[in-house]
Amino acid sequence: MAESPAKPGNRAGDPGPARLEVADVTKSFGAVAAVQGVSFPLFPGEAHALVGENGAGKSTIVKMLAGVHRPDTGTLRVDGADVEFAGPADAKAAGIAVIYQEPTLFPDLSVAENIAMGNQPLSKLRQIDRRTMHDNAEKLFRRLGVPLDPTRPARGLSIADQQLVEIAKALSAEARVLIMDEPTAALSGVEVERLFSVVRSLRDEGAAIMFISHRFEEITALCQRVTIMRDGRHVATELVAELSIDDMIRKMVGRDLSALFPKQEVEPGEVLLEVEGLSREGVFRDITFNVRAGEIVALAGLVGAGRSEVMQAVFGVDPYDSGTVRFAGRKLKAGSPRAAMAAGLALVPEDRRQQGLVMDLSIERNVTLPRARKLARLGLLFGGTERRSAQTWTEKLQTKLGRLSDAVGTLSGGNQQKVVLAKWLATGPRLLIVDEPTRGIDVGTKAEVHRLLSSLAKDGMGVVMVSSELPEVLGMADRVVVLREGKIAAELTRAEATEESVMYAAMGQKVSA
Amino acid sequence: MSDSSSKLHRFSAAGGLSKRLTSWDSIIIVLTVIVLIIASAAVDNFGTSRNFTFMVLDLLPIILIALPMTMIIVTGEIDLSVASVLGFTSALMGWFWNNGLSIETIIPLCIVIGAVCGVLNGFLITVLGLPSLAVTIGTLALFRGLAFVVLGDGAVADFPFSYTEWVTGTIGSSPVPNVLILIAVLALIFGIVQHATPVGRALYAIGANDKAAHFSGIRVARTKFWLYVVSGAVAGLVGVLWTLRYSSARADNGSGLELAVVAAVLLGGVSIFGGKGSLPGVLAGVVLLAALQNALRLEDVSGQALNIVTGALLVLSVLLPNIATAVRGNWHRRRLRQAAASAR
Repeated sequence: MAESPAKPGNRAGDPGPARLEVADVTKSFGAVAAVQGVSFPLFPGEAHALVGENGAGKSTIVKMLAGVHRPDTGTLRVDGADVEFAGPADAKAAGIAVIYQEPTLFPDLSVAENIAMGNQPLSKLRQIDRRTMHDNAEKLFRRLGVPLDPTRPARGLSIADQQLVEIAKALSAEARVLIMDEPTAALSGVEVERLFSVVRSLRDEGAAIMFISHRFEEITALCQRVTIMRDGRHVATELVAELSIDDMIRKMVGRDLSALFPKQEVEPGEVLLEVEGLSREGVFRDITFNVRAGEIVALAGLVGAGRSEVMQAVFGVDPYDSGTVRFAGRKLKAGSPRAAMAAGLALVPEDRRQQGLVMDLSIERNVTLPRARKLARLGLLFGGTERRSAQTWTEKLQTKLGRLSDAVGTLSGGNQQKVVLAKWLATGPRLLIVDEPTRGIDVGTKAEVHRLLSSLAKDGMGVVMVSSELPEVLGMADRVVVLREGKIAAELTRAEATEESVMYAAMGQKVSA
Repeated sequence: MSDSSSKLHRFSAAGGLSKRLTSWDSIIIVLTVIVLIIASAAVDNFGTSRNFTFMVLDLLPIILIALPMTMIIVTGEIDLSVASVLGFTSALMGWFWNNGLSIETIIPLCIVIGAVCGVLNGFLITVLGLPSLAVTIGTLALFRGLAFVVLGDGAVADFPFSYTEWVTGTIGSSPVPNVLILIAVLALIFGIVQHATPVGRALYAIGANDKAAHFSGIRVARTKFWLYVVSGAVAGLVGVLWTLRYSSARADNGSGLELAVVAAVLLGGVSIFGGKGSLPGVLAGVVLLAALQNALRLEDVSGQALNIVTGALLVLSVLLPNIATAVRGNWHRRRLRQAAASAR
């Protein structure tokens, strides 16, 4: 473990002195040591990946670099000099810019105003010089090679565009270190490519980039160096070229993973779900597909193609204008999640924090929330009943938790996802809809989720999986329904589905390379 | 290492207990008991049975309206129209009585009309999706205005003695007011619904994250709608009780009471942002406010000073839980550091 953090010598082109150095940093929150003795350098002109399972301490590192948290021990160095950040403003002044997974723009201000926030160009009369502000924004976008209108409000921008605005903001503040915390989690393939080309050009201009992602193919595509963390500790910092993906995974989880996507072959049973001609004005149109028992059907497509919206309409959380949804032959009442639940559907939604869980409520209350009425005796609920049920289901899913009475928000992302799965599997569904079931969760938990979905299908459950991750789609699905701009672009069997055929359908054009 | 981790685990378990002991609803319950004891010992006439009867009668309207108000605030909404519904039903009671309806008809009718007022609130808030603060400020003025349309500035006083006597009377020769039974029964029902039924669980989920509640199959709008109907019905009932207690139906009965109710609910530890709070805490909050006011009045403290005390208490009720959280966090951290040091 006493690996020297900075090994600039073992690269062909010596990267020179580190722009930013994390030296033996430790940080604890209450009982949990989030980061223990972690060291690594960021070199100018290099993209450096930070990987680790959820709860490995990556976000804590990011927050220390952003000036949100202060390290308990250890030091941060910028250009060789020790720095201490009293707050985010100090980190910004030191040239560090952080781009989070979900950008935090002011929705009602224009793009240019967002970029200039806190740093507005002033005219002679000490008023904001709007023209210079817009010119600057335009110049930045030209430099980044992205066609964004600086005068439009930030509201309504896609997450990908919002991230580009954040990058422009970082550039306008002359940031020399760019830290990106899972920037690609909510992006589609094309958007990732565009982001990467922007990041590559910044990197080549001499910026030091730190990149956090759960997707290894992105790391190999973008980064030169990788730091691997496990349980808050530094495992290794190596050149990406010298590591295989298997090596990285082994170092992250500390064990070998048999197979990432273990879908078992199952003979499909009777038709469970029949969606016919489902339409919602401006969102999706004429959606027809069905799902059989024992089958995993993936809904693929770009972000914004309407996949989640279709499934939310099927489950009744969103309305639809026309079409029908049948379950086990019977028509399902529109707009009623309760009717859908009673029929045997369950939906594990895309957004854990907003849709899946009530963060302030305890784990046990969250697990039993959809079943409160079933658990009640004579209309009454007592703590013990809920606790026992929650205990059973969280154990089945091997959820790591302290007490069941703790707020669910205190768990790591992967364990939160297990709580959502427990919550819905406990309702005993015949059809499980999972929307981005492995987004933002670590490799180990991801494999567990895939194994779980596969074994559920084997036991005769129908599964609809909305996913933006192609390897997951190709590995898990018996059939792939591809949506593009709210319409079904293709329905592919397992044999027909390849990366090319799915992407071709999703984008409606041939992808080059 | 394993030794220190088991130690850490024990501390986090102890953290649960200290959390419970320093939660605001327990603090307010203890505080209320202390105030009652001190007042009984130090204030002349506070502990007398006569004063007890009066105190219960004084807190009757606040405590009853606070029952549904607690649920509404737990869901993250508010109902400021309650006192106006009270005034409206009081005025209607007088008008019906003058027009020869029997008291046996009038009482259920007034409760139903209160519920109808709640239907209006519920419709505007859950069907049209308007913010409850704005809607109920509007209906606060609307219902009070209607009350004056019905009865003008006059008063109706000649209600049957048997009814007015029941409201002000006590059980046999004991000092326990008849209305205390009503309070106990309703508080028990509301307490059970809030803390031990699926509906109660839904209220907290709605208040903390209504979207996740919707995704869990909870009928958010419908639940809120019925809360407003119940709130209106209870306000109607209190309008009847108020009228009978003072033997006077007036359009301005209960003016400003909504703020006293909201104050008591917040003092009882319910978060104005929804999702947090308990009914026992609220009951203690109501009793604390009533006992303090009663004791200070017995000590001939002026009305203005009473307001100052109430106001200060409210500010403290918002401030102290934050301080308690901070203290708890510090204590916890210190214990952890010691545990880590001793493990080393």
